Amino acid sequence: MEPLFFWILAVGLVVSASALVAFRNPVTNAVCLVVALVIQAALFITLEAFFLAAVQVIVYAGAVMVLFLFVIMLLDVKEEARRTPPWVKIVGVLAVGGVAILGLTKIVPLFPFTQKTLHWGQGKGGGSAAELGKLLFTSYSPLFLATGVLLLVATVGVVVLCRKDPES
Amino acid sequence: MIFGEITLGHYLALSSLLFLIGLAGVILRRSLLIIMMSLELLLNAANLALVAVGRFQGLPDPQVAVFFVITVAAAEVALGLAILVAIFRIKKTTAADQLATLRF
Repeated sequence: MEPLFFWILAVGLVVSASALVAFRNPVTNAVCLVVALVIQAALFITLEAFFLAAVQVIVYAGAVMVLFLFVIMLLDVKEEARRTPPWVKIVGVLAVGGVAILGLTKIVPLFPFTQKTLHWGQGKGGGSAAELGKLLFTSYSPLFLATGVLLLVATVGVVVLCRKDPES
Repeated sequence: MIFGEITLGHYLALSSLLFLIGLAGVILRRSLLIIMMSLELLLNAANLALVAVGRFQGLPDPQVAVFFVITVAAAEVALGLAILVAIFRIKKTTAADQLATLRF
């Protein structure tokens, strides 16, 4: 059962990510991105990272996607003009992709620690909000405070950047 | 062997594949908006690798790192899109190859 879930999610993730890169309409791209992010949240659940799966859906698929869609709406971005990309680029991308897929199946088994298997439910835990919170508010509390400052700076920066120039 | 039990290697391979796709998007696309979406893919690939390694090694710390990565990514998207809107106001375009003022 576990391999089945993994393969469905893996194929879905790769297909939606490739669609994001391939399609030209920005709204289609945004939909592809949201599908990829939700599939990633499902992969987090297969890795027993439940809190992160929830955060992924709320922050990425929620807040970040709304930002993207607002900017698409605001800028009224048109479809990119259809152009024939140079053959060198297409051949290069296909070659690198093919070599990567073939190479990954060969390289990954060379490292013994990648052969570890762990069934769902056998993880040591650490995926729940309580356990993450304990770490976050004890050993990582300085980083947590720094993140708060970072978000404040980002908010102020966005407001300053988006302000209309008062002199013009 | 590939289609048997799911190992840590499967997750790492999927993560590197996702990273490659995102990198292709950053290199090949011209629209700044799509480039930023591809950057999100890159960050997600890193997140997936971190969570997978953390779970298979029995460590909760990588998940805290992913938590911070998600926070920083949210700040990055907000700032990046604000810069995008500011550029669009001045240049009336978001195509990366039209913004060549600094090239010489």
